[in-house]
Parts: sequence; C-alpha cells; structure tokens
Amino acid sequence: MISKKIQLMVGAFLLIGIAAILMLAIKVADSRMGGGGDVYVLSAKFDNVGGLKVRSAVKVGGVVVGRVSAISLDDDFSPLVVMKIESKFNQFSDSSSVAILTSGLLGEQFIGLTPGFIDEDSEILTSGGMIEDTRSAMVLEDLIGQFLYGGNDD
Amino acid sequence: MLTKTLLSLGNSGINFITGAGRAGMLLLGALKPSGRGVKFFPLLVKQLYVVGVQSLVIIVIAGLFIGMVLSLQGYSLLVGFGAEQSLGQMVALSLLRELGPVVSALLFAGRAGSALTAEIGLMKATEQLSSLEMMAIDPMHQIIAPRFWAGLISLPLLSAIFSAFGILGGHLVGVDWLGVDTGAFWAIMQASVDWNQDIATGLLKSMVFAVVITWIALHKGYDAVPTSEGISKATTSTVVTASLAVLGLDFILTALMFS
Repeated sequence: MISKKIQLMVGAFLLIGIAAILMLAIKVADSRMGGGGDVYVLSAKFDNVGGLKVRSAVKVGGVVVGRVSAISLDDDFSPLVVMKIESKFNQFSDSSSVAILTSGLLGEQFIGLTPGFIDEDSEILTSGGMIEDTRSAMVLEDLIGQFLYGGNDD
Repeated sequence: MLTKTLLSLGNSGINFITGAGRAGMLLLGALKPSGRGVKFFPLLVKQLYVVGVQSLVIIVIAGLFIGMVLSLQGYSLLVGFGAEQSLGQMVALSLLRELGPVVSALLFAGRAGSALTAEIGLMKATEQLSSLEMMAIDPMHQIIAPRFWAGLISLPLLSAIFSAFGILGGHLVGVDWLGVDTGAFWAIMQASVDWNQDIATGLLKSMVFAVVITWIALHKGYDAVPTSEGISKATTSTVVTASLAVLGLDFILTALMFS
C-alpha cells in the first residue's frame, strides 16, 4: 500500500493545482461573466461600428453595465450590435441612446449608453429591445479627411 | 548502390511505421479501461506523487523567476512609452498563453519524462515487464496506464501553478521593486485577460503537451533496447523528441487558436 505521506502530498498537490487555476480565473481573468446568468439582450443599429469588437464594454457614465455579444450586418447592410446587459441595470427607457466612443485618442472603442428620461410615454426596454437613437463610431481617418479637405466647402 | 539506398530507405520506413504502430498500441493500451478500477487508484496516486509532486519545486521556482524576469524586461521596454501600468497585462498574457504551458512542458519533459523512460526501460532490461506478463498481469494496466494518466493530470495543474507563481513573481518585481501601481497592475490585467481566450486555451495546450510528452516517454521506455546503453539512448531521445514536439506543436496550436 502507499504510505499516508504520499497520499497527503498528492492531495496537497492536486489542491494547489486547482487553487492555481481558481486564482487565474478569479484574480487574473476576473471572470464574473463566466457565471453569465443574469443578463438581458438589447440591440442597436449603427451606420458604422468602427473598431468595436465582440466583448467590448457597454458603459453608462464610465461604469461597465454589459458587453457586446455579437456584431452582424442587417438585411439593409447596416451593422447590428447585440449587447448583453446585466439584469440589475434593467431600467433603461426606450428613449435611451447609444454611441460608440473611444477611450483616449487611440484607445479601444466601447459603447456609451445614455439613459433616457422616463415618463408615461416611454417604455422600459426589455430583453430583445431595440435602441433607436444611435450615434456611430468616430473614425479618425474621416475626421482627418474632413479637417484637411472639408475647410474648402465653407 | 541503388539497391543499397533503396534497402536502407525501406528499412527505415518499416522501422518508422512499426514504431508508430507500437506507439499507437501503447496509447490504446493506456487508454483502454482495465475493468479493475479499485486497484487502479492507488497506482495512480503513487505516480501522481512521482510525476506531479516531485516536479512541483522546479515548476514553482522556474515560474517565479520567469515572472520576475518578464516583469523586469517588460518594465524597461514599457517605461519608454509611459505604459508601465500595462506591465501586469504583458506578464499575465505572455505567461498564460505561451510561457506557462511551454516552459512547464519542457521542464516536465526533462524532469518527469526522462525518469519515466529510464524507469520503464530498466524494468524491461531486468525483465520485470515479462515477469508481470508471466503472472498474467497486463503491464499496460499495471505500469503504463497509471503513468499516462498521472502525466495527463499533472501537467495542466503544473502549468497553472507555473503561471500563477509567474504572475506573483512579476508582481513582486514590478510592484514591490519597480514601483508600478498595484491597482493598475491588477486592473489592466483583469481587463485584458479572458477566461476562454487566454486561460482555457493555455490549459488546453498543456493537456496536449501532457499527452505528447508522456506518450513519447512511455513509448521510448517500452521500446528501449534492454541494455544500459539502450536505456541511456532512450532517455536522451525522450527529452530531445519531447522538447522538439512541444515546441513544434506549440506553433501549430497557437496558429489554430489565436489566428
């Protein structure tokens, strides 16, 4: 039979290994999205999504409330962005607006969500809802182009 | 002259195919359920001790130092761009994606793979394997399978431990010595490291490496020429082949996973 000591060491080894994986998952990757669970889906149509990627953040006032889960082209060739928003932030009215913003001049792009007003005419967005008021990505090259050549139009 | 070349070509071809076939049979034998689950467990624990626990020290120390060096080198590079806060991201991503799985696999091949080959080769040379067969005990179940599964379980865990200690080492140098802000170190790391994209693929890589290394080690030992010279050759060949296989496979896996 194997001695108690070996069994003990093997047990400790397995434990350390699993602890290391857990540490990587929690401390390093901060994977709260792994649980998934409580999210609901909103979508929005843009003219241009620029450098937006799947898993880009959706922020309200700088606070992450969800992530982009899919980007696809609609029937009329306008980009459709599907967002998963955490369920605890479920009080956005249908007058909310979304814009594709850039963190810093050259940083990564994210969706900035501006909550709309809530009155008797507006409805609270539920899962599968569509945000109508959108502002597309600012494309740096277009801006430079406007800056260089646009001045002559006036 | 022509016949001689043809002869040697055919000979090496036959040898290669026979070897591949024997290796395949070995893998099959290791994977085949023995139907003796009760007795298998103690054998596995013993091998986990030999293969896993005894590799722990070298993995921890190597991980710590590689994390520290990464942090030191990364800092001197990043500080030029004023981006030293991204140090955590750099250390974590390079450890999780590449260095963790690959370096721990190389260390594992040297530390555990060579020992497996030498042990099984010596068992063959001293006719312990034939004696087992004489006693109607299948050496595949008794000797090969526990070692194979122990390697398969150990290496992903060792690789995770390696990465974890590497990140701690990087933190030690980057934050405690070079003065990167600890909040930024962790926050930027957490924002950029993804469970599926980085950690899970790293673990998958090291599982593939584990299969390849233990398979090569067991096959070389089992097929060793049963002399002292043969065992020595087999042990060397295990380390060389396994290391090259790991590096080659790493390129292929990276190309498949991250492109």
